[in-house]
Amino acid sequence: MTFLGMPAHAPRGVGHLRGDESFPAAARTALANPQLRRNLQHATTTIRGKSGRVIAELPDWEELRSAGSALKAYTMANLPRLLEQLEEKVTAAGGVVHWAADANEANRIVTDLIKETGEQRVIKIKSMATQEIALNEALEAAGITPVETDLAELIVQLGHDKPSHILVPAIHRNRSEIREIFLREMPGVDPALTDDPPELAGAARRYLRETFLSTRVAVSGANFGIADTGTLAVVESEGNGRMCLTLPDTLITVMGIEKVVPSWQDLEVFLQLLPRASTGERMNPYTSMWTGVTPGDGPQNFHLVLLDNGRTAVLADEVGRQALHCIRCSACLNVCPVYERTGGHAYGSVYPGPIGAILSPQLTGIEDNASLPYASSLCGACFDACPVKIDIPSILVHLRNQAPHPRTEKAAMAAAAYTMDRPKLYERAQRAAKLSKLLGKRGRGLPPPLNGWAASRDLPAPPPESFRDWWRGR
Amino acid sequence: MSSKELILGRIRQALGSSTASPGVPRDYRRGAAPVDLDLLVERLADYKAVVHRVPDVPDTIRTIIGAGRLVVPPGLPADWLPPEVPVTRDDQLSAAEISAADGVVTAAAVAVVETGTIVLDASPDQGRRILSLLPDLHICVLRPEQVVASVPEAVARLTPGRPLTWISGPSATSDIELNRVEGVHGPRNLHIVLWESA
Ligand code: SF4
Repeated sequence: MTFLGMPAHAPRGVGHLRGDESFPAAARTALANPQLRRNLQHATTTIRGKSGRVIAELPDWEELRSAGSALKAYTMANLPRLLEQLEEKVTAAGGVVHWAADANEANRIVTDLIKETGEQRVIKIKSMATQEIALNEALEAAGITPVETDLAELIVQLGHDKPSHILVPAIHRNRSEIREIFLREMPGVDPALTDDPPELAGAARRYLRETFLSTRVAVSGANFGIADTGTLAVVESEGNGRMCLTLPDTLITVMGIEKVVPSWQDLEVFLQLLPRASTGERMNPYTSMWTGVTPGDGPQNFHLVLLDNGRTAVLADEVGRQALHCIRCSACLNVCPVYERTGGHAYGSVYPGPIGAILSPQLTGIEDNASLPYASSLCGACFDACPVKIDIPSILVHLRNQAPHPRTEKAAMAAAAYTMDRPKLYERAQRAAKLSKLLGKRGRGLPPPLNGWAASRDLPAPPPESFRDWWRGR
Repeated sequence: MSSKELILGRIRQALGSSTASPGVPRDYRRGAAPVDLDLLVERLADYKAVVHRVPDVPDTIRTIIGAGRLVVPPGLPADWLPPEVPVTRDDQLSAAEISAADGVVTAAAVAVVETGTIVLDASPDQGRRILSLLPDLHICVLRPEQVVASVPEAVARLTPGRPLTWISGPSATSDIELNRVEGVHGPRNLHIVLWESA
């Protein structure tokens, strides 16, 4: 046995898995922004309703969840064999497979592949894996321009902003804010653009069309990589994915090693679970599947980059490894009372919400994301919503026991999160805080449970509108 | 040590001696179920596809395309096309030539009632993936025997090695306030001709 073979965390100094500040400090900014809360609340309410309706149409939703959960457990238990099978099948179909131990290696592989083509611009389909490793920054440093083609990613990129949701990175923006960003940043945009969503979508269509037709290299992620056939699948809505997967000469796909799926047949489970839990649709508008290279149809050069970047460290924890079962549907975000109040930026990682609270600390090592396991009230809504039945609350508790926090702070942060989930308690605590006018820098005058948290952190300034007023106005 | 050996070694180390490989319960609905074409039509329409249930294909295509120009895949049956409509058959057409067409007509490989989905598998009557992507109007001719009730049946019918495109309604996005808005990069108009020959 060699130390080189030990599971390793995602390295520091590269990628977007670590925030600049701890969760409670970052959440304070968000809690003071009523527009952000309204946008989030509106969007998550919409999606919960849509998702609930289409899930209720399936009489066997619970059986599908159990199958999905078991398939993921099976996958993890057989990961080496499945990855080697995937490599063999992709190679046999004309693709080239690369293995990347961490973000630095993945960025280097992708950058070199693009340099070999001589191109200086790539089109990108929204992908969590490439965000996680900060591929765009690495490409820019090498003089290559990455163009995000997903509408929400485009909004984020044009707005010089950060993504705040797995599925809808611009969920924190409403239509009038999106209009303003387009008017300000989109070259050639019609100055008469309104905030009507179809018009906004039309503006993105016109803006990107020429880029799609003239760019020779695309970079994508993958929702599934099927071991027994070598087939890759990308699930999307807008058709920007189809453009990227079809038009260029070269396609480079970056996939986390946990995304492998044992067999073709298993798609029958995941293709039912994912769209209903994710966008609340019976089926998303477009799903593309390709196996290596097809002569005369689509990219004639295909590269698959298999990424570890801390995943093996997650796998090494028998309790925590379930976090690798995630199919990135974002249902746990949409039902989380803490996420709904703080938004995604507070989590400091590309993986926000409940899944982020268990995945990011395990990928980086708990010491680099020590406050995240506390970013929850343990209400359990995420567990109920998860299409592959990841027991997020149990993993949170497990991680709290590893987090290097003094006992008092642990208790206080947990209590504060608990309170955020219960408006009456929060209001009472907050009103007392306002009345007492003892809101010193260290917040010692606060009533429990906020005093404990505030005593070891700076106090979250009460939002101008009280939590309860805001709650009523929902 | 190559990165492949490194990663596989790490995984084996992480899994340790836990070799138990859990079974997968498959007691969800599988196997053939009766096909309800009315429900298919309803589900297609729910996601803004326009459905034509007709005995005659060329007449319907003429009505949809009007005075426009069509591109079609090389193997599309000639008798589906109205004689007076200008048609270009794909023979290594450029992206610009495909974009210039007002619409594309394809067949399909499979359709799924429960989700309102059609699947194209790039057979000669469906063509290269680019063909059904660039024109703003996609007309898809579907025969009842291609329709299955559920996703598991569709997965079982399809051939994995082929390039597959699952289509459920026209291009849409949920990126603005999480509501479905039709019409981004893919075809903004999807017409399904459900050909129920007499
Ligand atoms: S943890 Fe579950 S609910 Fe959350 S994004 Fe992943 S699959 Fe979806």
